[in-house]
Amino acid sequence: MRFEVGSALSIGAILFTVIIVAAMLIWVERRLLGLWQERLGPNRVGPFGLLQVVADMIKIFTKEDWVPPFADKFSFILAPPIIMVVILMSFSVIPFAPGVGVIDSDIGVLFVLAMASLGAYSVMLGGLASNNKYALLGSLRAAAQMVSYEVFMGISLLGVVALTGSFNLREIVLAQSDGWYVVPQFVGFVIFLIAGVAESHRLPFDIPEAEQEIVAGYHTEYSGMKFGMFFVGEYLGVLLISSLLVVLFCGGWLGPAFLPPIVWFALKTAFFIAFFILLRAAIPRPRYDQLMNYGWLFLLPLSLLNLLLTGAFILWQGGM
Amino acid sequence: MMMLFYSAAAIAVIATLAVISSANVVHALVYLIISLLSVAVIFFVLGAPFAAMLEAIVYAGAIMVLFLFVMMMLNLGQATEDEEKAWMKPKLWIGPGLLTAVLFVQLSSVLLTQEHALAPVEVGVLEISLLLFGPWLLAVELASMLLLAGLIAAYHLAKR
Repeated sequence: MRFEVGSALSIGAILFTVIIVAAMLIWVERRLLGLWQERLGPNRVGPFGLLQVVADMIKIFTKEDWVPPFADKFSFILAPPIIMVVILMSFSVIPFAPGVGVIDSDIGVLFVLAMASLGAYSVMLGGLASNNKYALLGSLRAAAQMVSYEVFMGISLLGVVALTGSFNLREIVLAQSDGWYVVPQFVGFVIFLIAGVAESHRLPFDIPEAEQEIVAGYHTEYSGMKFGMFFVGEYLGVLLISSLLVVLFCGGWLGPAFLPPIVWFALKTAFFIAFFILLRAAIPRPRYDQLMNYGWLFLLPLSLLNLLLTGAFILWQGGM
Repeated sequence: MMMLFYSAAAIAVIATLAVISSANVVHALVYLIISLLSVAVIFFVLGAPFAAMLEAIVYAGAIMVLFLFVMMMLNLGQATEDEEKAWMKPKLWIGPGLLTAVLFVQLSSVLLTQEHALAPVEVGVLEISLLLFGPWLLAVELASMLLLAGLIAAYHLAKR
């Protein structure tokens, strides 16, 4: 069996790696947060606490998987798998290295955006089905936040798409062989990063679950593996946004030849994951209305302006 | 491809029937999303990947989220479900059922008599953009003006 785009071996390896990395991120995050907050973090189970994830998994699988009697059972059970499925689907268009990937689609960027917009249902249905006022508040916030930040996410990407002239993520990487898009599209990069944090509702934008205000937000009523799916889904989201940042703005697998391409991809992705965790350690959570105003009054005009200037630049270069 | 088309079409029809017949509003919305996504698959099979993705992003991903958002605000409970069930009495199905049967006969006779082969031609993003910003530029601009008018009207209403 050959290792090429779309082969069963490639698909299996990517699925396995992505899920394992997402689960290990739980440990990585706790250790890194410990480092930055001058404490140790989990270091008891196994070498450096590496087996903490295994212990957590055993705990989460043996917990009672409870559906509250007042909840809407259909939506309650449907909600957690949605986030897992849509994010894993998004990984199918990501080009990890030459010859490593699931599909090579001409609509890759659009596919990722479509999946991101479907991800909002997981949080919304989860909160709505719980029939709990804190959960409902959390999912109301999530819905508004995700729908708003999706807009800027899409617009900030269009500069890159316009420069490449393609929605194909593999072509976007190849077009960066003369220079990464993070330089000409720096504004787009920053907006995409902020929107990415908001889309995966991570701290500092974890307003849908803000535990000091609304218990645990949309997953208040969840336990066992259903909660586990929301939890791993969040880390999968971090992994997805980091790999998208690498692919779209930082040259994907491209790098000096002394390391194989897949290692470059992994290193760059690890850098952004660490940055996400540092953001969590460093910045406090804004208020809900501050987040919305910031998005619509600042990020939206800025991303539109960025797109306009990019378009003007391309026309000027084309000599029209 | 044929298999994909017919299975997506079957899912679309079944999901749409479920939208109409389910008493719980949230379940109906979930079925509507499934129906829209299967329509996206049909677009894809027919060689329109761009339309398929827009169907998923705009209809399934944005408009339906807003529907669900409104549903959350309304806080519809058991009372609405009972009301909905009361409206679903078998007696009420007779009229619409008969009319639909007539339509179904008409549609199937048209489909059976006409010659048509499924020969999808893939239309990429580039071709669509060339058409939109070439011959149809005026229509695109008009649509954008309409959207702007809608935006301003919504802003005005929300301010009151």
